[in-house]
Amino acid sequence: MRPPHSRPPRKAYYGDAHPFRGLGQLAAGRRPTPLMYPARAFLFLVWFALAGCSGIQSSLAPAGDGAHRIAGLFWWMTGGALLVWALMIWLTYSAFRGRASRQSPRLARLYIIGGGALFPTVVLAVLLIHGFRMMPPLLASAPEGSLRIAVSGEQWWWRVRYHPPSGPPVELANEIRLPVGEPVEFELGSPDVIHSFWIPSLGGKMDMIPGRRTRLTLRATRTGTFRGQCAEYCGTSHALMAFPVVVMEAADFARWLEGQRQPAANPAEPLLAEGRDLFLMNGCAACHAIRGTPARGRIGPDLTHVGSRLSLGAGILPNDPEAFVRWIAETSRVKPGVLMPHFGMLPAAELDAVAAYLESLQ
Amino acid sequence: MMKSLSENRESLWRLIVSPSVWALHFLASYVTAAIWCAKFAPASGSIAPVRWLIAAYTVAALLAIGWNGWNGYRRHRLGAAELPHDADTPEDRHRFLGFATALLAGLSAIAVIFAAMAVVYFQDCR
Repeated sequence: MRPPHSRPPRKAYYGDAHPFRGLGQLAAGRRPTPLMYPARAFLFLVWFALAGCSGIQSSLAPAGDGAHRIAGLFWWMTGGALLVWALMIWLTYSAFRGRASRQSPRLARLYIIGGGALFPTVVLAVLLIHGFRMMPPLLASAPEGSLRIAVSGEQWWWRVRYHPPSGPPVELANEIRLPVGEPVEFELGSPDVIHSFWIPSLGGKMDMIPGRRTRLTLRATRTGTFRGQCAEYCGTSHALMAFPVVVMEAADFARWLEGQRQPAANPAEPLLAEGRDLFLMNGCAACHAIRGTPARGRIGPDLTHVGSRLSLGAGILPNDPEAFVRWIAETSRVKPGVLMPHFGMLPAAELDAVAAYLESLQ
Repeated sequence: MMKSLSENRESLWRLIVSPSVWALHFLASYVTAAIWCAKFAPASGSIAPVRWLIAAYTVAALLAIGWNGWNGYRRHRLGAAELPHDADTPEDRHRFLGFATALLAGLSAIAVIFAAMAVVYFQDCR
């Protein structure tokens, strides 16, 4: 016998199969009725909208000067839009409620000229002037002597070349590190198609256009790990063209860059040495460079310290030996359309050796 | 004496004069800035000459729109009729077209000013 006050067993309904089932019940605390579907849909939308307010790739959780300005604009515009919306709803309501006799032609003219012409003109002028005033600071150059980072968007990865104020440049790939609090000037370009460089947490986006050099200055305001993403459709794997962004203390950054400047260490174990030899023998060096070895290819990403990066394949796989094996053996399955041929024909033991070697490149 | 009314001749054309001036102003401003930045100035170069040219275009466009709008307003004021000009008479059609011309001139003037405001705030080619 069921205990008193318990509910009868719930009947199955089509929402059972839905991944977000139960949201509406949570809110209402009772069995779902047909009326609860809109409530659930609304809660789902709220959840979906709020999910964009935080995280490593959100303009609404700013960690840079540009992103702070852009988020501020977003909130002011959202607030303004809500006010105008509420005003319109109220006007519509009162127009239907009021008696026709009280709606004098004078009042009607005031609504038409004031609400239809003057008010939108003023609102648009304010928004336009505010937007215009924001743009020059967002596009300003970094002061002379700042760190410059040249980033080239290539289908579908990022070539990253650091030009510190002193010392020769360092070419890396698929990850960007920045010193906190310092303006950094990005020089953006592309050899193939138009890409767009966007780190939502740090600032606005900027197109990377073949044959042109565009510039973007970013200044991170707090340390942390963020995510950048290509923001202009650039081919099959556009969505898989991302990169981790690490904002570090200035001293840590200098130390890190100095480490990345060094050539790769010689393999200490036989397995790793075998991996290096296989890497060279199988032609990987035609496209990839590993400084300190005969590998000097320039077509694909530099792999000198690939084991130290936070991700593989431009922000799409974790950096561990299994992911290396997967990337090498099933390249075009992981990233459809990729130029790198897959090496799935290699015996598993050889794949493991190459993966172990690449992982050891710290 | 019956005034000659232009309801079925040029006043229809006058209706689109102001929006056309707005379109030409936009095109001229855009092309001037694009050519200057592509051919005569580096990416961070000043657009001072472009600003003066666009100021000149703007004055010319506003004068043309003002003349066109005033013209429409005079036709709207023909005789002693009140809004809305919806009687089925040549006079009311004449007034209606004039009124619409004047309203479009107002819209076009605001659009021209909005477009020109860009160079008030932008100093270089970026």
